[in-house]
Amino acid sequence: MKDLRWRSALMLAVLVVALVYLLPTVDRQLPAWWVKFLPNEKIHLGLDLQGGMHLILEVESAKAVENSAERFTQELKDDLGSEHIRFRQVERQGENKVKLVLPRDQDWQRVAQLIKDKFPLLEVANRDQTQDQLQVILEIKPDQVRHIKKLAVDQGLETIRNRIDQFGVSEPDIRTQGENRILIQLPGIKDPQRAIDLIGKTALLEFKLVDEQHSVEEALQGKVPPGDKIYYGRRVDSATGQVSRTPYLLKDRTLLTGDYLTNAEVRIDTQYNRPYVALSFDDRGAKLFEKITGEHVKERLAIVLDNNVYSAPVIRDRISGGNAIIEGQFTMDEAKDLAVVLRAGSLPAPVKILEERTVGPSLGRDSIRKGLFSMAVGGALVVAFMVIYYSGSGVIADLALIFNILLIMSGLAALRATLTLPGIAGIILTIGMAVDANVLIFERVREELRLGKTIRAALDTGYSKATLTILDANVTTLIAAVVLFQFGTGPVRGFAVTLSLGIVASMFTAIFGTRLLFDFLLQKGKMKKLSI
Amino acid sequence: MEFIKPDVNIDFVGRRKIAFAISLGLIIIGMVALFYRGSSLYGIDFAGGTIIQLHFKNPTAVNKIRQGLKPLGLERSAIQRFGGEGEDVFLVRTDISTSELRNLSKKVEDSLETVYGPEAVKVERVEMVGPKVGKDLRQKALLAIYYAILFIAIYISGRFELKWMPALIMAGALVLGVYLLRAAGVSIPMLIVAALIITLACCWLLRLQFALGAVTALIHDVLITVGAFAITNKEFNLTVVAAVLTIIGYSLNDTIIVFDRIRENQRKRKKQDFGELINSSINQTLSRTILTSGTTLIVVTALFILGGGVIHDFAFALLVGVVVGTYSSIFVASPILLAWEARFAGPRGRAKGKR
Repeated sequence: MKDLRWRSALMLAVLVVALVYLLPTVDRQLPAWWVKFLPNEKIHLGLDLQGGMHLILEVESAKAVENSAERFTQELKDDLGSEHIRFRQVERQGENKVKLVLPRDQDWQRVAQLIKDKFPLLEVANRDQTQDQLQVILEIKPDQVRHIKKLAVDQGLETIRNRIDQFGVSEPDIRTQGENRILIQLPGIKDPQRAIDLIGKTALLEFKLVDEQHSVEEALQGKVPPGDKIYYGRRVDSATGQVSRTPYLLKDRTLLTGDYLTNAEVRIDTQYNRPYVALSFDDRGAKLFEKITGEHVKERLAIVLDNNVYSAPVIRDRISGGNAIIEGQFTMDEAKDLAVVLRAGSLPAPVKILEERTVGPSLGRDSIRKGLFSMAVGGALVVAFMVIYYSGSGVIADLALIFNILLIMSGLAALRATLTLPGIAGIILTIGMAVDANVLIFERVREELRLGKTIRAALDTGYSKATLTILDANVTTLIAAVVLFQFGTGPVRGFAVTLSLGIVASMFTAIFGTRLLFDFLLQKGKMKKLSI
Repeated sequence: MEFIKPDVNIDFVGRRKIAFAISLGLIIIGMVALFYRGSSLYGIDFAGGTIIQLHFKNPTAVNKIRQGLKPLGLERSAIQRFGGEGEDVFLVRTDISTSELRNLSKKVEDSLETVYGPEAVKVERVEMVGPKVGKDLRQKALLAIYYAILFIAIYISGRFELKWMPALIMAGALVLGVYLLRAAGVSIPMLIVAALIITLACCWLLRLQFALGAVTALIHDVLITVGAFAITNKEFNLTVVAAVLTIIGYSLNDTIIVFDRIRENQRKRKKQDFGELINSSINQTLSRTILTSGTTLIVVTALFILGGGVIHDFAFALLVGVVVGTYSSIFVASPILLAWEARFAGPRGRAKGKR
């Protein structure tokens, strides 16, 4: 029969393709020619099986807008000063506005021209002329606000990617999600807390002068001199775990930031055997640093990272060459991580953790073991049941079942899908559901045989009558699986994938595959009596 | 081998009133439990919060853990044994989330080590969901349920009843109705209820009696499964919703088997009393209904017993769903068909019989 040969060839082809896709997962040492020409994608395990961390961060992008407004405020103040334009007040207002108060007789046209030339991102939102003054509210243009926000997310993503790359995680998955969220998946991570600290740190490095004219004590009582701000230096005693906070009165004006860094690395202080972080500035940074240190000899320069004062050494002399160090009571890991975040640069806006899921590697292994064990037990029971209940035909159904599992696995590898714990559950469920098709067919065949039909006629009717029912029944489950895939996240998606693969594969193996075997046996003429 | 003899003849239809009472009772108990538990039914996926899975080296008790967590102010967290009796694994759940979480797992480990000694306890899993994400996930899960019901309802009335025109009308009514309600700011749970009511009404008006039976059985299965969760004090999380969706798809399988047979018999023996016809159809397909569910039940039970704590609730939902789904295809879907025929299509059916 030509038709039979054709179907056998198709079956064989599917089997070979499935095995080709499956081999990389089973055999780790593939020959070079295989890797070159054939698929070598292994089945990818989800974080719940291999252990790891899943994070969703929210970029507080409004803060980036606020930072821009703050920067414009400072720059406007400077520019007005250097253009000799008198002003009464320049200050940031809210998230995206700058308030400018000019004396009444000041020429507005000159100021307007300055703003137009030097601050193209700002526009005048409101102008209020009173008896003795002119108050102008400048606003960052709405499309620029959107742009700044988007940039904050994109840059944040890049920075975090840089940090993670330097931290050394194999196959991290980092991408934006929605408008202002970043999804991070770090498989196989050993110290999740350290990773969170590394990722979440804004790492804004600032150099500020200590106000030597005023006392911190007075400032702490509420008398903070204008232009100053109180900062704290937080220290954790590594022996006792005690946290101490030292207050500093700093001039709020930032003289230099980490933007000018070209490198940061850990070195060891040989005298005390303590690690410290050595910084190198680029040319512009080096010049600025030289100017600052030259102008403020004998004063103290505070090194502030994320509003925490690390140290405030006295400037002994002008420092040229663009090198500085950050000291502190670091452990080696802390110093290393600090160097990493400084090298990778600061986040343009702070991030907040919205969702964290961490699975330890031992729990992952445990889940795999339990999942596979229940699959083996459930599968063995079903296989045994089919043989007991349907004898020879049961064996055929079992062969189809094994083929089905093979197809699911190779499908996972071919689609580069992720196998999760619910995914394993999906395979287990498929084992139970795939034989349903055979049960429906066999019951129908038994019915037809009871009516006195020949084996071939009974098989024909059985298959043709049951197929439509099987199709209907499977489509409803498939609809549920597809919807799940669309709306599900992570592990649930893994379930949707294996379930869909299983359903589709079962229609091929349980209907087409078993029919082929029956026809083959009939053809050979070996089947005088149907074992069902 | 045969469990169920071909000549089996159980009077299922005759017992439909008892079955109806049982179903109604189960649903009412479940719904009461559901309303009683309210939002405590939500796991952290939907409510937000943190769970920490702890693995102890030596046997311990909940009270001792609570004692160990006191310095952190976590002594009021829900602490429960997780997994089997022999395993010393516990789950701590708190409402704390987001920024407060920093170093929480480390703190928990340190705090417990002062009670249990070093290396005696290990944090195996931390899941923190902030309130914002919880709300998003809740929304997503509900939408998934809504779309699954929508598409399945359209499919069974179209393909399954072979009436594509009414199915299209129904799809239109569903999409339009829900669109209008959504524009009016109706919440998603209410949307799901509305979608179900529209579906049932359409089935009724468009004389899709098979779809009516199938959809009613489907609602029945979901309500009882959800109720079982409320009664057994389990929580809803993402994987449980996945299980419920799977049940929505799978519970129809048995219904489809029975209904296909009813239609086949309807064509063959037009003069038979409809009640008898339904009953003999159920009996004829009884062996496959039981066997198909049976094989699925075998594997789901294996998963339930051996699959471990993480997948336990998921397996439980499937277990309940498969059993209830089989029951409903015999005792809910078919009797509705009968009730329909007796009430509406009866005279017409008889007229057809005379021809």
